[in-house]
Amino acid sequence: MSALNRVEVAGIGIHPFGRFDGKSVTRMGVDAVRDALADAGLGGGSPMKPPFQAAFCATAYSGVAAGHKVLGALALTGMPIVDIEAGCASGGAALQLAAGAIAAGQFDCVLVFGIEKMPKGIIRSSFFEPWREEAGLAATPSYFALRAQRLMRERGVTKAHLAEVVVKNRRHGVNNPNAMFRKEVTADEVLASRTVCEPLHLWMLCSPNEGAAAVVLRRARPDANTHRPTITLRAAALRSHLPGSVLGEATPLSGIDDSAIPPASRLAADSAYEAAGLGPDEVDVVECQDTDAARELISYEELRLCAPGEQARLVSDGGVSVGGRRPVNPSGGLLSKGEPLGASALAQVVELVEQLRGTAGPRQVAGATVGLAHTVGRGANACVMIVSR
Amino acid sequence: MTVRAVEPGLFRIGDPETEWPSITLIGGWSPTSRLAHFPLLDTCPYTGATDVEERDLGTRGTLWGWTAVTAPPPGYRGHVPYGFGIVELSDGLRVLGRITESDPSLLSFGQPMRLVAEALYTDDDTGDTVITWAFAPGASDRDGVAEGPAA
Repeated sequence: MSALNRVEVAGIGIHPFGRFDGKSVTRMGVDAVRDALADAGLGGGSPMKPPFQAAFCATAYSGVAAGHKVLGALALTGMPIVDIEAGCASGGAALQLAAGAIAAGQFDCVLVFGIEKMPKGIIRSSFFEPWREEAGLAATPSYFALRAQRLMRERGVTKAHLAEVVVKNRRHGVNNPNAMFRKEVTADEVLASRTVCEPLHLWMLCSPNEGAAAVVLRRARPDANTHRPTITLRAAALRSHLPGSVLGEATPLSGIDDSAIPPASRLAADSAYEAAGLGPDEVDVVECQDTDAARELISYEELRLCAPGEQARLVSDGGVSVGGRRPVNPSGGLLSKGEPLGASALAQVVELVEQLRGTAGPRQVAGATVGLAHTVGRGANACVMIVSR
Repeated sequence: MTVRAVEPGLFRIGDPETEWPSITLIGGWSPTSRLAHFPLLDTCPYTGATDVEERDLGTRGTLWGWTAVTAPPPGYRGHVPYGFGIVELSDGLRVLGRITESDPSLLSFGQPMRLVAEALYTDDDTGDTVITWAFAPGASDRDGVAEGPAA
């Protein structure tokens, strides 16, 4: 896997996450791709001279050939364009395929972008059979709630800790112009929002929304004379679940004792650490899945950022806030940005690249040189990506 | 009143002509992996063993996790709020399902639970009451029998 060390993130682009009535998912993708190509110094391409040799489009809800529509609108077609669906980890799946193709020598430059425009409210997924929806066994927040309850029971986490995660991420989000929610909240306000599924209140859950993000990957050129740090993609690991856990993101109807069964996020994290040749102690900044407040705390442990039961202390003592020992979700996370499925993982990479370049403004994590991004969801699909400068 | 399962193959209905039937979940058991699963598959989902036998699951267990859904999710055809949780059956299998108690504060870890039928909606075409499986607090002798649809 050391070959991945030759893949660089040459450019990034993002369309803000939020609600954009009247703007199509294609137009949001066009904006993000155009920004990423310009950032990589690859603007002004043409069908006769495309600046990349392949494109992967991450999306779950945009329909057939969504990637073709975006690149068609930019007159940049002719190369292979493949849509990738891997639930919440779609962007990571696309990045993994692109990086692997470059490392294998198939392409020199690949465009990876994610687009989504989702309705408000609970995500409806064709993953569930109609009878399961009819019977009330397909409500995504209810699965989050069961995981949150076990976390509280087994790891000494309280509802106050869950509220603290929201307070932290919303505070970070104030400084992110691409976030949907940019107002600070208090723990009391979070706990006063309506209960969706006990113990989860409305403000502890992220909002499915709209947005796009794009990344240009390129075979690194060690002799390149650049005006800014080279950001290397050290690992992009995608894993699915092992069977057995009734609480896992595969959302089965039954399960067995899963105490010895590693979850998909742990599998992806270990694979990424091994590929990157570094450990969790060397990570300076993290963007992790916070679909709900408990999910962020579960992720700390799965990503080996803390020992079992330490997550409550981490969030309470400020170690995971910007200015702390190892900030988590300086972008504001999904709790501030909202979650356009196909775009969310790539937006994490956009944030990490800003952090490593030192251009994150008031969100800047001082001296960050290694960043880790994590998403997990339907499938199960979990991806962990590691970048460094 | 005639009842109909929300989906065939998930559970056996004791007597569909009775006012309120008892049900039994249809699971699978692999002698090789010595593990049960639900719903029934032809391959053990944990080991890949293909010697799966159909097996009725036990109707008693203990509460392992629970919550309540307060707003109707997309495609849902029952009332709200409704309970939702996981019961660990006596053989260790953890089964997901509805919980007849929709006030989470009235439930506790490890409390005895029993399998019951719960009504979801009335089929407009046939007039059938469409039912699914659920777990109710209590370890009564009348396993698999509920007093009626939970209100």
